[in-house]
Amino acid sequence: MDARVPILPEPFAGWFASRGWSPRAHQLELIRRGQAGLSTLLIAPTGAGKTLAGFLPSLIELAPLADQGARRPHKLHTLYISPLKALTTDVARNLEIPAQEMKLGVRIETRTGDTPSHKRQRQRAHPPDILLTTPEQLCLLIASEHARIFFEDLQAIIIDEIHALAPTKRGDLLALAMARLARWAPMHRRVGLSATVADEEGLVRWLRGSEPSPLAGEGREGGASAGLAKKGANTPTPDPSPQGGGEIVVNAPPGAQPVIDVLDSDARIPWAGHTARHAMPEVYAAIQRAKLALVFVNTRAQAEMTFQELWRVNEDALPIALHHGSLDVAQRRKVEAAMAAGQLRAVVCTSTLDLGIDWGDVDLVIQIGAPKGCSRLVQRIGRANHRLDEPSRALLAPSNRFEVLECRCAQEAVMDGELDGEQRRIGGLDCLAQHIMGCACGEPFDAEQLYEEVASTAPYADLTRDQFDRAIDLVATGGYALRAYDRYRRIVQDPHTDLWRARNASVAQQHRMNVGAIIESEMLDVRLAYNVGARPRPGTPKRDGARPMIAGRRLGQIEEWFVEGLTPGDTFVFAGQILRVIAQRESDALVVPAAGAENPSVPSYAGGKFPLSTFLADRVRHMLHEPKKQKKLPPQVREWIKLQKRRSIVPAPDEMLIETFPRGNRHYLVAYPFDGRLAQQTLGMLITRRLERAGKNPLGFLASEYAMAVWGLEPMGDLDLNALFDEDMLGDDLEAWLAESTLMKSTFSKCAVIAGMINRKLPGAEKKTGRQVTFSADLIYDVLKQYEPDHLLMQAAFADAGEGYLDIRRVGALLRRVKGRLVHRDLPHVSPFAAPVMLEMGRVGIKGEAEEAILADAAALIEEAMS
Amino acid sequence: MANWAMPPLAIAGANVELRLGDTMVTALPEGALWIGEAKTLIVSDVHFEKASAFALKGQMLPPYDSHAALMKLTDLMLRLSPDIIVSLGDSFHDGGGPQRMDARDRGLLRVLMSRCDWIWVEGNHDGRAAETLGGAVRDVLHIGSIVFRHEPTEAAAAGEIAGHLHPCAKVGGRGRSVRRRCFATDGTRLVMPAFGAFTGGLNVCDDAYARIFPDGLVALVLGKERVLPAPMERLLGD
Repeated sequence: MDARVPILPEPFAGWFASRGWSPRAHQLELIRRGQAGLSTLLIAPTGAGKTLAGFLPSLIELAPLADQGARRPHKLHTLYISPLKALTTDVARNLEIPAQEMKLGVRIETRTGDTPSHKRQRQRAHPPDILLTTPEQLCLLIASEHARIFFEDLQAIIIDEIHALAPTKRGDLLALAMARLARWAPMHRRVGLSATVADEEGLVRWLRGSEPSPLAGEGREGGASAGLAKKGANTPTPDPSPQGGGEIVVNAPPGAQPVIDVLDSDARIPWAGHTARHAMPEVYAAIQRAKLALVFVNTRAQAEMTFQELWRVNEDALPIALHHGSLDVAQRRKVEAAMAAGQLRAVVCTSTLDLGIDWGDVDLVIQIGAPKGCSRLVQRIGRANHRLDEPSRALLAPSNRFEVLECRCAQEAVMDGELDGEQRRIGGLDCLAQHIMGCACGEPFDAEQLYEEVASTAPYADLTRDQFDRAIDLVATGGYALRAYDRYRRIVQDPHTDLWRARNASVAQQHRMNVGAIIESEMLDVRLAYNVGARPRPGTPKRDGARPMIAGRRLGQIEEWFVEGLTPGDTFVFAGQILRVIAQRESDALVVPAAGAENPSVPSYAGGKFPLSTFLADRVRHMLHEPKKQKKLPPQVREWIKLQKRRSIVPAPDEMLIETFPRGNRHYLVAYPFDGRLAQQTLGMLITRRLERAGKNPLGFLASEYAMAVWGLEPMGDLDLNALFDEDMLGDDLEAWLAESTLMKSTFSKCAVIAGMINRKLPGAEKKTGRQVTFSADLIYDVLKQYEPDHLLMQAAFADAGEGYLDIRRVGALLRRVKGRLVHRDLPHVSPFAAPVMLEMGRVGIKGEAEEAILADAAALIEEAMS
Repeated sequence: MANWAMPPLAIAGANVELRLGDTMVTALPEGALWIGEAKTLIVSDVHFEKASAFALKGQMLPPYDSHAALMKLTDLMLRLSPDIIVSLGDSFHDGGGPQRMDARDRGLLRVLMSRCDWIWVEGNHDGRAAETLGGAVRDVLHIGSIVFRHEPTEAAAAGEIAGHLHPCAKVGGRGRSVRRRCFATDGTRLVMPAFGAFTGGLNVCDDAYARIFPDGLVALVLGKERVLPAPMERLLGD
């Protein structure tokens, strides 16, 4: 430690000493920077005391104030934002410990959706020193009257797990909210906390924004920021990061290198599939050797399946539990408590346990299936062993041969200390509209000032004044070319001051009930049914008195569309057990246990499918081509690659292989971009359209994580592949397809909800979302597409669909990358690399525009019956 | 097949024809009903000015719903040249609807009304709101053996054509489901789908229909270009 590091004041120094600790360098650095009023992005591995580092400067500042006793004024000093409600509670609890041990008398409170209204009101009138909350609650506070007074004393904002928030719509809203706070409390500093950051520069920009926010550049002259800037200029800065994150990044030294093994299964590694069923005995053996293992999977469906498989081999009846986002909250809390109490040996979980809550002494992390990205893997490995000096242990269990390659690549990347690059986001216009309405519900705003404020945030840095004005109009009147609603404005401009405010209390109330960017798909409660009488005949419309069952205990929630695909009597796996559907009633799916039922279906939830990161994909392409790197691969996988070389070709990393071959009475074209299912699905859809126009009568397409296959009745070997894979397919083809797709409709519906055109909740109708909405977003989309296709929300939906659901950016990069580098092999039969994707056929239905076909199927029955 | 007699339907091109009593009626994919022998076109639950009713309360739905419905009506009239048009209740979303309708749409409606006899059947939403626009207003209308009223009678009512319920059918198949507006009929009576651009719907599996069609029903589902009959076996609840 050099002279510039301040000595930790009492009682802090004493407290550290009493615990036998000494403060870590990055903790001291944060204190120093806090005293200088500087913002910081702290990157520290799990277990490095990151959260405490974030709060220490605030606690030190608050300690002398707290001495004034309970009657001192109530002023909000520090705002802590976390992506998870549970994390706010957890962090508050952890913060209370030092605060109480040092008798600091600091007021620490949480505010989440669960906070009762009397406490909320009290908090509004008498803010705590430190408030721990979520982005949504912050938006709500900003949309309330006297928000400025509430926030004007603010000294610090701490954003936890900043990497998980920034590149999302919630991140858009949070960035906008922070820009508002910068106006009201220009002196505040910001601290971002994260364990895994690839794009430092992007996160730094997101964290502090730019002109004209007073936090913009340290050393900026004038305005309210002058004092802060001067202090900054006098203080030496920490080591600038080589990645160009600027002088506000503090990197804690990394912990011990993790020990990562890729499971070398003795069993035959499957060609395709995602269950890793073959590896379960070995996974179980690893659990037996560990104290507490977290078994991570990528989807909730895999979680259910893995849980079933582990219990099938669980001869010692080890306590193995299940944890995922669809389970009932009470059930999840129970599992978490059991973990913390050391009563469990393994928990099968999804990303619900990715983020920073410590639930126990985890000493092994097992990843089932490929991790799909290095950053996620690092984050998950960090869950094991929260002591810095001991290595975390992780075991990767690939579920098929391509995944073996991917797991090896991920292992190497983590060892090399590399992470995936995060994608930077362009702020959503729907989020902007929500923010504008929120501002109007709080303190009336000046359009010019608000525009500057919005444009100072990283997501909206490129927003033009014209777009901003259109967004204001969207909020005020719906933004329609036909000026039909000028009389019904939701926000109105004061004729004297030009300030915008909500028209009346009722529209403001409506807004507050609909804040946030998390739109759940329609969910049904899964409930156990009791007193089940005779089962109703499938398809029979329900009658009076024909309801012999009572809805009982809630097991969790499930996507409505999944239940719709089942008929009463069908079985499915949920919450670790096999259930039989009895009926669907309003918002409940009524079920009974059906242990031992054959072939239950496993819900494939909409959420939780991660695309293979570009970075990792690139590594896989290299590994395939370099025999040197394949030495560590299991023999079966090496053999498979060798066979591919003999039968077809293994492409160079910058090439894309395309194989064409006949099989049965069909002809196939398989391309290997290694760019993830999402991008390849979009590619498949576009190629299919193109083949249709070329008269090749394609019958369907399928995308796996690594390859894309199209098939039809005509030979594909003579196609002009360069033309087929030309980048121009992203133009009209895409637009025409998208405009008609159901995907676009659901995307639009989400945007319309976020932007406030459609309200999820109306005053007096507190119960369910969506269900009681008396109009359909699909119909609105149809009408808007016909009458005003370039409406701002249509643009927002188009951008979202392209970005999130179709990965168009990646398809574009893919097509550019392989231009002029296509390698074609016309083969007599299927190749070793093509086999996995061929095996996936039949498992995955083609999601096309099959709606009319479904109706026609049903009608055909009638026609048949009548003929 | 179901254990009740399938009403005799005839698929005629894009349309479905069926006989109610001694009257042949044709269900059109636009969601309107055509009685050829009386040259009468029936639409129900148009809910003109629904979007502006929501805008009034702060949800700025696209202000094109009235226009979209009027254009659909225009197309039908050009194609069929009806002598009579029946709007079977809830023609406007609320009593203030006619006043909110903009000049262009009101003009278009006037032109349409001048081309034929126009009958407004009273609904529960709009009452006699449409009266101000001209045309005849009835609470119940008889044409031949057919009785038209907005709300379907709960007891047996052969020959009744009603609206009000906004029937929708959810059809399953191929691992997913499609929810569309539909006509609901048991071969003796019929409930019309909502014609308005934004009107939502009540699933035909709801109890409300069991009281009207105690022996079951067939949904004549509005596809993109044709009416598709869906048997009960393929219908799903919400």
